[in-house]
Amino acid sequence: MHVVVCGKVIPDSSVTLEIDPDAKRMRRTDVPHELDPAAASALEEALRLTEQHGGSVTFVTMGIPDASVGIRRALAMGASAAVHLLDDAFAGSDTLGTAKALAAAIRQQPRFDLVVCATESSDSYSGIVPVQVATLLGVPALTFAKQVFVDGETVTIHRQSEEGYAVVTAALPALVTTTSGINEPRYPQLKGIMAARKIEIQQRSAADLSLGPDDVGDSAARERVLSVGAPPSRGAGRLIHDEGDGGREIADFLAQAGVI
Amino acid sequence: MGDRERGMDFALTEEQHAIRAAVHDLCARFPDVYWRELDRKDEYPEGFVQELTEGGWLGCLIPEEYGGAGLGITEASIILEEINRSGGNAIAAHAQMYVMGTLLRHGSEAQKHRYLPEIARGALRLQAFAVTEPNAGSETTRIETMAVRTGDRYVVNGQKVFISRTQHSDLMLLLVRTTPYDQLSDKTRGLSVFLVELKRAVAAGQIVIQPLDVMLNHQTTQLFIEDLEVPAENLIGEEGMGFRYIIDGWNAERILIASEAIGDGRWFVDRAAAYASERVVFGRPIGANQGVQFPIAQAHARIEAADLMRYKAAWLFESGQRCGAEANMAKLLASQAGWEAANACLDAHGGYGFVREFDVERKFRETRLLMTAPISNNLVLAFLGQNVLGMPKSY
Repeated sequence: MHVVVCGKVIPDSSVTLEIDPDAKRMRRTDVPHELDPAAASALEEALRLTEQHGGSVTFVTMGIPDASVGIRRALAMGASAAVHLLDDAFAGSDTLGTAKALAAAIRQQPRFDLVVCATESSDSYSGIVPVQVATLLGVPALTFAKQVFVDGETVTIHRQSEEGYAVVTAALPALVTTTSGINEPRYPQLKGIMAARKIEIQQRSAADLSLGPDDVGDSAARERVLSVGAPPSRGAGRLIHDEGDGGREIADFLAQAGVI
Repeated sequence: MGDRERGMDFALTEEQHAIRAAVHDLCARFPDVYWRELDRKDEYPEGFVQELTEGGWLGCLIPEEYGGAGLGITEASIILEEINRSGGNAIAAHAQMYVMGTLLRHGSEAQKHRYLPEIARGALRLQAFAVTEPNAGSETTRIETMAVRTGDRYVVNGQKVFISRTQHSDLMLLLVRTTPYDQLSDKTRGLSVFLVELKRAVAAGQIVIQPLDVMLNHQTTQLFIEDLEVPAENLIGEEGMGFRYIIDGWNAERILIASEAIGDGRWFVDRAAAYASERVVFGRPIGANQGVQFPIAQAHARIEAADLMRYKAAWLFESGQRCGAEANMAKLLASQAGWEAANACLDAHGGYGFVREFDVERKFRETRLLMTAPISNNLVLAFLGQNVLGMPKSY
């Protein structure tokens, strides 16, 4: 079974994110990067599936040159190949442009049985790209998986919902998106890091994927960010001093809020 | 930079970043409470060492041909720094990584092929190196434990003290005297190193291990050696050259110790800065008071400076250049910077610094050792004064 994992390499969680007011986008240059923890979970799930059923995992990402740090991390965790979509022509792509590039890269793989993505990335949280990729590839999308099982020709997931979960099955090839709590991603072992340095990251430009300015990049983007602003700051909390009736006050508050 | 070549590059490689990040993640699974409980019970970090072993971290300095990762001292130092920085204690990892160096540099091919692959994969623990004796500490050439050759084996008698992890190690390197001191014209000769199968020797009653109750959780012991039989084939290198073999490893050890002190120092500074920013007294965070803030900032600056010396020493070491002065200075400056950070952290925490669940007192005890062991900072200063600056010898 060959599994492709699509994921992002994002600014390190220790970095305070800044928005470029002119580009209306997150500043991604000159900040340390890391493999998106959500992508690491997707990769972990893919690795577990191939460890169980045999096969290999290819990690595919689109990003700036600094993304190589996260790609190496994915390789060190156990991916056997990586594709880096790296080209100025990709800059400014909206979600559909990104999905086109990822789908084109996946189609170039000798084969794929399953694509695994995080439900959404940990920096922009759009959550749109995976389903777009599935649509472009013409495969079913099984989303919000909190568990994934593969059995011969099919994939089955437990789809997280507010009430519980639904069991959803589709024929392979298919695309699955994983929830953040699906697993605890492994950390790379030293032999993994050593092995990763011997793997050549396959770089692909837009031309390599037969994509032009009508497909990817700013010129193709149908989404426009009109303005960017900070979320409203939270109001101060209410402090209850317990002078014997603190418990009642809290209970009244929760009752008013409809929580109890 | 344009066309001008950069004169210096302080950047870590992508692989070194990856190593640091991976060790950071590994350590996150062993939180403060893990180390606190071990310390309280005086227990060996079995789970942590097992995790490091499975990840291949402890064989990082063993060449690939013997099953290790074949990395350099810089990478090893990053691993140890990160362990101490996480709040843990790298000493067991340090030992498994470093002690085999004597075997690697001076052992026979047969010895290396027999032991190194097993050490690399953690099937054999070589974490004890018995040098110090009750009557010979810093003056190593005065050790009295004696090995006498009889046929195809040596018989050893004597006593060792401050030997760590002997109850958790399968193998031990043992420095002994093979020529009486008064028969030597060159007093640095006459000592030899043996590889001892520790568990077998203990089972045979030839080594008796007695734990020493010390202020650190290093499983420190003393050894009583009586008619210990060691096959002659377990002699490392040439008879009489043991002191030279030990000295050969000192520079690497100084660099590793420096990195551990830097890891400690960073932990102290992080904790102190966080606590001083949160703790409110007289209506403002105590970190706003320069009496609290400046010692923490000063400690941070000293750690950063010591870190530069550590990387310089590592760079010299790996490029095959003389690095005795830099390795010793790195150890000196880093252990002092770590200790300064420890005091700033304890002061910032006030009474809470002495409360065990804050972990400051544990790390405080641990980092203090690095000023004294594996070599006293006074002897480092003597080395610098006499061997680097050419001043008269004090000993």
